[in-house]
Amino acid sequence: MNTKIYVLHFPKETGDKPIICELVKKYDVDFNILKATILPGNDGLMVLELTGHRSNVKKALEFLQNYGVKIEPISTIIRRDDSHCIQCGACTGICPTHALYLDRTDMSVLFDPDKCTGCGLCVAVCPVRAMEVALGQDIVSEA
Amino acid sequence: MTEKKFKVEKTYEEINARIKAGEAVVVTAEEMVGIVKEHGAEEAARKVDVVTTGTFSPMCSSGAIINFGHSNPTIKASRVWFNNVMAYAGLAAVDVYFGAAEVAEDDPLNKVFTGSFRYGGGHVIEDLVAGKKVKMRAIGYGTDCYPATEFEKEVTLADLPYAMLLNPRNCYQNYNCAINLSDKTIYTYMGTLLPKGKNANYCSAGELSPLFNDPLYKTIGMGTRIFLGGGIGYVSWQGTQHNPAVPRLDNDTPKKPAGTLMLQGDMKQMSDKWLKGISMQGYGTTLAVGVGIPIPILNEEMAAYTGVSNDDLVTQVVDYSYDYSHQVARNYGEVSYAQLNTGEIEVNGQKVRTAPLSSIVKAREIARILKEWIEKGDFLLAKPVHQIPDK
Repeated sequence: MNTKIYVLHFPKETGDKPIICELVKKYDVDFNILKATILPGNDGLMVLELTGHRSNVKKALEFLQNYGVKIEPISTIIRRDDSHCIQCGACTGICPTHALYLDRTDMSVLFDPDKCTGCGLCVAVCPVRAMEVALGQDIVSEA
Repeated sequence: MTEKKFKVEKTYEEINARIKAGEAVVVTAEEMVGIVKEHGAEEAARKVDVVTTGTFSPMCSSGAIINFGHSNPTIKASRVWFNNVMAYAGLAAVDVYFGAAEVAEDDPLNKVFTGSFRYGGGHVIEDLVAGKKVKMRAIGYGTDCYPATEFEKEVTLADLPYAMLLNPRNCYQNYNCAINLSDKTIYTYMGTLLPKGKNANYCSAGELSPLFNDPLYKTIGMGTRIFLGGGIGYVSWQGTQHNPAVPRLDNDTPKKPAGTLMLQGDMKQMSDKWLKGISMQGYGTTLAVGVGIPIPILNEEMAAYTGVSNDDLVTQVVDYSYDYSHQVARNYGEVSYAQLNTGEIEVNGQKVRTAPLSSIVKAREIARILKEWIEKGDFLLAKPVHQIPDK
């Protein structure tokens, strides 16, 4: 089994189609919608966690691409500016998936982009604003 | 009062002579833990001359005294702003003081909750020591000797005739571990606290922290030479809210917030690596300050003091949703820094995730830099000219 988080950009024409429902029925994948902004007449954005056999996930992603959905792994849109980070650890108490965590041997703050769901809580919590989540302002705002 | 007799006795003069000769044995407070454990305090006192400490965390009650030089025509500035952050100008014609917690004037604050507080006095200090241009504006009412009523210019730290970091309260000796027992998220100077005690934030460098290593202020006092913001600074007094009379453990360290220090130093020696503007969501701005204080190992008592580890240091769990803001003297348990550093403590029988606000990585680096300065013979220890109150 394979679990990965993807950022999906839906073209505005797809806003009224039950794409995720179809995806699940056809390809036998588990899904968890972590964030979604789908509004009529606008491009849609969704952060989706997919779990399934590697081949099924691959086919599911191809299915999405056929609808014109642009797919990015979450790690390409999350960034920590290491020149700003002061290694305090304030983010580690709030990160829901422990993508931001402390190495207990030396108390350094580490970031594992593969675990990140792009929730953006760290962006506002970071005292020196070292975290950047570029998901589009509709989804991750500072507040 | 009779002086205690020690088996090992060294003077500041002897230690400084060894530093000058390149013979002084200097270790960090973390290294000292193992040395005292292995050899005992007496033997450690014979071996080690100086222990270096360090801390790097948000420290409110920090600020800068600036003299910006006379304009032509001259002005008696009555109101002054740096990058739109207001400074207090009621000192003289061109002397001002601004604090880290002063927020830029056009900031929406908490009008739309939660405010993000992107820029304030702490950020001005960071920009100045980074060598960046800062926009200065002054207005005055005009006098015969100071006729100008306004001026604006861009300044850098190098342009300013005088710039001193002057922090009325730094280096808190211990601090609360904050939790939130209400049913909604709260945004505090201790960070974001989730409802029903889901997380706990704490803020101390623990065994590296200066005042945990000299709990009764026997060597840290007025005139102590220190690492401050990357340059050399001094302890100039006890800090505001200095409160030594709190319950203590047998090792003399306080079980809750106690002593504080007032620090000052020339900003022109400092760097933006060790002074960082801080934005606390929903709360405001402040400044993260890097401080390192050397402790002379004058005797076995100082060796024992500097040998404390995170297992030997404790703090109290305090509720910030009601108790803190309503001055209710109550706590939800005592925890050691070793427990806090594991990432989990227990409060009311429930496991709570912990997160530090004080950077241990940076504190360790400061202690190491200060150790190098002393080993090189560049940095001598200053004997305090006056002790800060210990009761």
